[in-house]
Amino acid sequence: MHLFRRGMRDGISIALGYLSVSFSFGILSVQSGLTVWQAVLISLTNLTSAGQVAGVGLIAANASMFELILAEIVINIRYSLMSLVLSQKADSSFRLPQRLLASYGITDEIFAVASIQKDPVKPRYMYGLILVPFLGWTLGTWLGAAAGTLLPEQITNSLGIALYGMFLAIILPPARKSRAIFAVISVAAVISVLLHFFVKWMSGGFAMIIAALAASVFGAILFPIPDEDQAKEAEQ
Amino acid sequence: MTRILLAIVVMAVTTYIIRMVPFTFFRKKIKNRFIQSVLYYIPYAVLSAMTIPSIFYATQDLPSAIVGTIVAVVLAYFGLPLIVVALSASVASYLALVLLPLILK
Repeated sequence: MHLFRRGMRDGISIALGYLSVSFSFGILSVQSGLTVWQAVLISLTNLTSAGQVAGVGLIAANASMFELILAEIVINIRYSLMSLVLSQKADSSFRLPQRLLASYGITDEIFAVASIQKDPVKPRYMYGLILVPFLGWTLGTWLGAAAGTLLPEQITNSLGIALYGMFLAIILPPARKSRAIFAVISVAAVISVLLHFFVKWMSGGFAMIIAALAASVFGAILFPIPDEDQAKEAEQ
Repeated sequence: MTRILLAIVVMAVTTYIIRMVPFTFFRKKIKNRFIQSVLYYIPYAVLSAMTIPSIFYATQDLPSAIVGTIVAVVLAYFGLPLIVVALSASVASYLALVLLPLILK
Protein backbone atom coordinates (compact mmCIF):
# COMPACT_ATOMS: atom_id res chain seq x y z
CA MET A 1 0.00 0.00 0.00
CA HIS A 2 1.14 3.52 -0.72
CA LEU A 3 2.96 4.90 2.32
CA PHE A 4 0.91 8.07 2.51
CA ARG A 5 -2.34 6.12 2.48
CA ARG A 6 -1.04 3.68 5.06
CA GLY A 7 -0.23 6.64 7.29
CA MET A 8 -3.71 8.07 6.77
CA ARG A 9 -5.28 4.73 7.64
CA ASP A 10 -3.25 4.51 10.86
CA GLY A 11 -4.31 8.07 11.67
CA ILE A 12 -8.06 7.42 11.54
CA SER A 13 -8.49 6.15 15.08
CA ILE A 14 -6.38 9.00 16.41
CA ALA A 15 -8.56 11.43 14.44
CA LEU A 16 -11.76 10.01 15.93
CA GLY A 17 -10.42 10.49 19.43
CA TYR A 18 -9.26 14.00 18.58
CA LEU A 19 -12.66 14.93 17.12
CA SER A 20 -14.49 14.60 20.44
CA VAL A 21 -11.71 16.05 22.55
CA SER A 22 -11.20 19.06 20.29
CA PHE A 23 -14.98 19.57 20.30
CA SER A 24 -14.74 20.09 24.05
CA PHE A 25 -11.69 22.32 23.51
CA GLY A 26 -13.76 24.45 21.10
CA ILE A 27 -16.50 24.83 23.70
CA LEU A 28 -13.97 25.67 26.41
CA SER A 29 -12.37 28.33 24.19
CA VAL A 30 -15.66 30.08 23.46
CA GLN A 31 -16.62 29.87 27.14
CA SER A 32 -13.27 31.47 27.94
CA GLY A 33 -14.10 34.43 25.72
CA LEU A 34 -12.34 33.53 22.45
CA THR A 35 -14.04 33.77 19.06
CA VAL A 36 -14.73 30.67 16.95
CA TRP A 37 -11.91 31.54 14.54
CA GLN A 38 -9.42 32.20 17.29
CA ALA A 39 -10.18 28.74 18.68
CA VAL A 40 -9.75 27.18 15.22
CA LEU A 41 -6.53 29.14 14.68
CA ILE A 42 -5.13 27.79 17.96
CA SER A 43 -5.87 24.18 16.96
CA LEU A 44 -4.58 24.76 13.43
CA THR A 45 -1.26 26.14 14.63
CA ASN A 46 -0.68 24.24 17.89
CA LEU A 47 -2.03 20.71 17.45
CA THR A 48 -1.72 19.80 21.12
CA SER A 49 -4.36 19.21 23.79
CA ALA A 50 -2.92 20.09 27.18
CA GLY A 51 -0.89 23.03 25.90
CA GLN A 52 -3.93 24.56 24.23
CA VAL A 53 -6.14 24.15 27.30
CA ALA A 54 -3.51 25.79 29.50
CA GLY A 55 -2.95 28.49 26.85
CA VAL A 56 -6.63 29.38 26.64
CA GLY A 57 -6.82 29.49 30.44
CA LEU A 58 -3.85 31.83 30.58
CA ILE A 59 -5.22 34.05 27.78
CA ALA A 60 -8.53 34.29 29.65
CA ALA A 61 -6.68 35.13 32.86
CA ASN A 62 -4.79 37.92 31.08
CA ALA A 63 -1.50 36.24 31.89
CA SER A 64 1.82 37.63 30.70
CA MET A 65 3.56 36.33 27.56
CA PHE A 66 6.36 35.10 29.79
CA GLU A 67 3.90 32.99 31.78
CA LEU A 68 2.42 31.70 28.52
CA ILE A 69 5.81 30.69 27.10
CA LEU A 70 6.87 29.06 30.37
CA ALA A 71 3.60 27.10 30.64
CA GLU A 72 3.89 25.90 27.02
CA ILE A 73 7.49 24.83 27.57
CA VAL A 74 6.72 22.89 30.75
CA ILE A 75 3.60 21.25 29.34
CA ASN A 76 5.09 20.44 25.95
CA ILE A 77 8.67 19.60 26.90
CA ARG A 78 7.67 15.95 26.61
CA TYR A 79 7.52 16.47 22.84
CA SER A 80 11.28 17.13 22.89
CA LEU A 81 11.81 13.68 24.26
CA MET A 82 9.47 12.15 21.67
CA SER A 83 11.16 14.15 18.91
CA LEU A 84 14.49 12.86 20.12
CA VAL A 85 13.29 9.27 19.94
CA LEU A 86 11.57 9.78 16.57
CA SER A 87 14.68 11.45 15.22
CA GLN A 88 16.47 8.14 15.61
CA LYS A 89 13.52 6.29 14.16
CA ALA A 90 13.45 8.52 11.07
CA ASP A 91 14.49 7.09 7.70
CA SER A 92 17.51 8.63 5.98
CA SER A 93 15.13 10.19 3.44
CA PHE A 94 14.21 12.63 6.23
CA ARG A 95 16.29 15.63 5.23
CA LEU A 96 16.04 19.13 6.63
CA PRO A 97 12.78 20.19 4.86
CA GLN A 98 11.02 16.91 5.73
CA ARG A 99 12.14 17.19 9.34
CA LEU A 100 10.98 20.81 9.59
CA LEU A 101 7.57 19.81 8.20
CA ALA A 102 6.99 16.62 10.21
CA SER A 103 8.08 18.28 13.48
CA TYR A 104 4.80 20.16 13.47
CA GLY A 105 2.77 16.98 13.93
CA ILE A 106 4.53 15.20 16.78
CA THR A 107 1.75 14.62 19.33
CA ASP A 108 1.50 11.97 22.05
CA GLU A 109 -0.67 9.68 19.93
CA ILE A 110 1.12 10.25 16.60
CA PHE A 111 4.42 9.64 18.36
CA ALA A 112 3.04 6.46 19.90
CA VAL A 113 1.97 5.05 16.52
CA ALA A 114 5.09 6.17 14.66
CA SER A 115 7.53 4.92 17.28
CA ILE A 116 6.10 1.38 17.38
CA GLN A 117 6.66 0.87 13.63
CA LYS A 118 9.12 -1.90 12.96
CA ASP A 119 11.04 -0.20 10.16
CA PRO A 120 12.48 3.30 10.01
CA VAL A 121 9.67 5.78 9.40
CA LYS A 122 9.55 7.49 6.01
CA PRO A 123 8.34 11.09 5.49
CA ARG A 124 5.29 10.19 3.41
CA TYR A 125 4.04 7.81 6.08
CA MET A 126 4.42 10.54 8.71
CA TYR A 127 2.56 13.05 6.53
CA GLY A 128 -0.44 10.72 6.24
CA LEU A 129 -0.30 9.86 9.93
CA ILE A 130 -0.31 13.57 10.80
CA LEU A 131 -2.82 14.81 8.20
CA VAL A 132 -5.90 12.84 9.29
CA PRO A 133 -5.63 13.57 13.04
CA PHE A 134 -4.86 17.20 12.15
CA LEU A 135 -8.12 17.41 10.18
CA GLY A 136 -10.06 15.77 13.02
CA TRP A 137 -8.53 18.11 15.57
CA THR A 138 -9.27 21.27 13.60
CA LEU A 139 -12.74 20.22 12.46
CA GLY A 140 -13.71 19.18 16.00
CA THR A 141 -12.55 22.52 17.37
CA TRP A 142 -14.60 24.39 14.79
CA LEU A 143 -17.72 22.31 15.49
CA GLY A 144 -17.35 22.70 19.25
CA ALA A 145 -16.67 26.42 19.07
CA ALA A 146 -19.38 27.16 16.49
CA ALA A 147 -22.16 24.75 17.46
CA GLY A 148 -21.22 24.19 21.08
CA THR A 149 -23.08 27.35 22.06
CA LEU A 150 -26.20 26.16 20.23
CA LEU A 151 -26.44 23.04 22.35
CA PRO A 152 -28.27 23.03 25.71
CA GLU A 153 -26.06 24.14 28.58
CA GLN A 154 -26.22 20.71 30.25
CA ILE A 155 -24.69 19.10 27.15
CA THR A 156 -21.90 21.64 26.68
CA ASN A 157 -21.12 21.57 30.40
CA SER A 158 -20.93 17.80 30.43
CA LEU A 159 -18.67 17.79 27.34
CA GLY A 160 -16.26 20.01 29.26
CA ILE A 161 -15.13 16.95 31.19
CA ALA A 162 -14.19 14.94 28.05
CA LEU A 163 -10.71 16.39 27.82
CA TYR A 164 -9.93 15.59 31.44
CA GLY A 165 -11.33 12.11 30.90
CA MET A 166 -8.81 11.67 28.09
CA PHE A 167 -5.98 12.86 30.34
CA LEU A 168 -6.99 10.26 32.94
CA ALA A 169 -7.11 7.62 30.21
CA ILE A 170 -3.51 8.52 29.29
CA ILE A 171 -2.03 8.46 32.81
CA LEU A 172 -3.95 5.77 34.70
CA PRO A 173 -3.05 2.63 32.69
CA PRO A 174 0.72 3.25 33.03
CA ALA A 175 0.20 4.25 36.69
CA ARG A 176 -1.44 0.90 37.27
CA LYS A 177 1.63 -0.90 35.95
CA SER A 178 4.29 1.33 37.51
CA ARG A 179 4.51 2.20 41.19
CA ALA A 180 6.82 5.10 40.28
CA ILE A 181 4.34 6.68 37.85
CA PHE A 182 1.55 6.16 40.37
CA ALA A 183 3.63 7.97 43.00
CA VAL A 184 4.49 10.80 40.61
CA ILE A 185 0.90 11.47 39.53
CA SER A 186 -0.25 11.29 43.17
CA VAL A 187 2.34 13.83 44.29
CA ALA A 188 1.48 16.09 41.33
CA ALA A 189 -2.22 15.93 42.17
CA VAL A 190 -1.67 16.63 45.88
CA ILE A 191 0.60 19.62 45.21
CA SER A 192 -1.82 20.92 42.59
CA VAL A 193 -4.73 20.74 45.04
CA LEU A 194 -2.72 22.34 47.87
CA LEU A 195 -1.64 25.22 45.62
CA HIS A 196 -5.19 25.65 44.35
CA PHE A 197 -6.67 26.04 47.83
CA PHE A 198 -3.85 27.57 49.85
CA VAL A 199 -1.86 29.72 47.41
CA LYS A 200 -4.75 31.52 45.80
CA TRP A 201 -2.67 34.35 44.33
CA MET A 202 -0.82 31.87 42.14
CA SER A 203 -2.18 31.50 38.61
CA GLY A 204 -3.27 28.08 37.39
CA GLY A 205 -0.41 28.01 34.90
CA PHE A 206 2.32 28.48 37.48
CA ALA A 207 0.63 26.14 39.94
CA MET A 208 0.61 23.43 37.26
CA ILE A 209 4.26 24.07 36.38
CA ILE A 210 5.37 23.88 40.01
CA ALA A 211 3.29 20.79 40.77
CA ALA A 212 4.54 18.96 37.66
CA LEU A 213 8.20 19.86 38.09
CA ALA A 214 8.22 19.05 41.81
CA ALA A 215 6.53 15.69 41.23
CA SER A 216 8.89 14.82 38.34
CA VAL A 217 11.99 15.72 40.36
CA PHE A 218 10.54 13.67 43.23
CA GLY A 219 10.13 10.74 40.83
CA ALA A 220 13.60 11.20 39.34
CA ILE A 221 15.20 11.12 42.80
CA LEU A 222 13.21 8.23 44.25
CA PHE A 223 12.71 6.19 41.09
CA PRO A 224 15.44 7.05 38.56
CA ILE A 225 14.68 5.35 35.26
CA PRO A 226 17.03 2.46 34.48
CA ASP A 227 20.29 3.41 32.84
CA GLU A 228 20.46 2.09 29.26
CA ASP A 229 23.88 0.53 29.77
CA GLN A 230 22.71 -1.14 32.97
CA ALA A 231 19.56 -2.31 31.23
CA LYS A 232 21.66 -3.85 28.45
CA GLU A 233 23.93 -5.54 30.99
CA ALA A 234 20.89 -6.88 32.82
CA GLU A 235 19.58 -8.35 29.58
CA GLN A 236 22.86 -10.14 28.86
CA MET B 1 -7.82 41.19 19.94
CA THR B 2 -4.21 41.85 18.86
CA ARG B 3 -3.07 40.56 22.25
CA ILE B 4 -4.95 37.30 21.70
CA LEU B 5 -3.49 36.84 18.22
CA LEU B 6 -0.02 37.54 19.61
CA ALA B 7 -0.65 34.98 22.37
CA ILE B 8 -1.71 32.39 19.77
CA VAL B 9 1.44 33.01 17.70
CA VAL B 10 3.59 32.80 20.85
CA MET B 11 1.95 29.47 21.81
CA ALA B 12 2.35 28.05 18.31
CA VAL B 13 5.98 29.11 17.88
CA THR B 14 6.96 27.87 21.35
CA THR B 15 5.27 24.51 20.76
CA TYR B 16 6.79 24.16 17.28
CA ILE B 17 10.33 24.92 18.44
CA ILE B 18 10.03 22.33 21.23
CA ARG B 19 9.12 19.69 18.65
CA MET B 20 11.38 20.86 15.84
CA VAL B 21 14.74 21.37 17.55
CA PRO B 22 15.31 17.81 18.81
CA PHE B 23 13.80 16.21 15.70
CA THR B 24 15.88 18.32 13.36
CA PHE B 25 19.16 18.96 15.14
CA PHE B 26 19.68 16.40 17.91
CA ARG B 27 20.63 12.94 16.79
CA LYS B 28 22.24 11.89 20.07
CA LYS B 29 20.43 10.71 23.18
CA ILE B 30 20.56 12.60 26.49
CA LYS B 31 23.00 10.73 28.73
CA ASN B 32 22.28 12.37 32.08
CA ARG B 33 20.18 9.90 33.98
CA PHE B 34 18.59 12.47 36.31
CA ILE B 35 17.40 14.68 33.43
CA GLN B 36 16.24 11.59 31.55
CA SER B 37 14.21 10.60 34.59
CA VAL B 38 12.67 14.05 35.07
CA LEU B 39 11.72 14.18 31.38
CA TYR B 40 10.28 10.70 31.63
CA TYR B 41 7.94 11.65 34.49
CA ILE B 42 6.94 15.13 33.30
CA PRO B 43 4.10 14.12 30.96
CA TYR B 44 2.38 12.09 33.67
CA ALA B 45 2.88 14.80 36.29
CA VAL B 46 1.65 17.53 33.92
CA LEU B 47 -1.50 15.67 32.97
CA SER B 48 -2.22 14.81 36.61
CA ALA B 49 -1.74 18.40 37.80
CA MET B 50 -3.86 19.68 34.91
CA THR B 51 -6.66 17.26 35.70
CA ILE B 52 -6.75 17.63 39.46
CA PRO B 53 -8.51 19.66 40.77
CA SER B 54 -9.74 21.20 37.45
CA ILE B 55 -11.85 18.15 36.54
CA PHE B 56 -14.14 18.92 39.50
CA TYR B 57 -14.97 22.31 37.99
CA ALA B 58 -15.26 21.09 34.39
CA THR B 59 -19.05 20.75 34.34
CA GLN B 60 -19.76 23.91 36.38
CA ASP B 61 -21.43 21.65 38.98
CA LEU B 62 -19.59 19.56 41.56
CA PRO B 63 -21.89 16.48 41.92
CA SER B 64 -22.03 15.82 38.17
CA ALA B 65 -18.26 16.37 37.89
CA ILE B 66 -17.69 13.79 40.64
CA VAL B 67 -19.89 11.27 38.82
CA GLY B 68 -18.02 11.92 35.55
CA THR B 69 -14.66 11.63 37.30
CA ILE B 70 -15.55 8.30 38.92
CA VAL B 71 -16.66 6.87 35.58
CA ALA B 72 -13.49 8.17 33.87
CA VAL B 73 -11.21 6.78 36.58
CA VAL B 74 -12.80 3.32 36.49
CA LEU B 75 -12.78 3.06 32.68
CA ALA B 76 -9.27 4.52 32.40
CA TYR B 77 -8.02 2.14 35.08
CA PHE B 78 -9.18 -0.79 32.99
CA GLY B 79 -7.37 0.63 29.98
CA LEU B 80 -10.30 1.49 27.73
CA PRO B 81 -9.51 3.62 24.66
CA LEU B 82 -9.14 7.38 25.14
CA ILE B 83 -12.28 8.22 23.20
CA VAL B 84 -14.40 5.74 25.17
CA VAL B 85 -13.22 7.16 28.50
CA ALA B 86 -13.67 10.77 27.36
CA LEU B 87 -17.19 10.25 25.99
CA SER B 88 -18.36 8.04 28.87
CA ALA B 89 -17.28 10.67 31.40
CA SER B 90 -19.30 13.23 29.45
CA VAL B 91 -22.39 11.03 29.19
CA ALA B 92 -22.22 10.17 32.90
CA SER B 93 -21.89 13.86 33.81
CA TYR B 94 -24.79 14.72 31.54
CA LEU B 95 -27.02 12.09 33.14
CA ALA B 96 -26.00 13.35 36.57
CA LEU B 97 -26.74 16.95 35.57
CA VAL B 98 -30.20 15.97 34.37
CA LEU B 99 -31.13 13.27 36.91
CA LEU B 100 -29.54 14.29 40.22
CA PRO B 101 -31.70 17.43 40.68
CA LEU B 102 -34.80 15.26 40.16
CA ILE B 103 -33.67 12.61 42.63
CA LEU B 104 -32.43 14.98 45.32
CA LYS B 105 -35.46 17.25 45.16
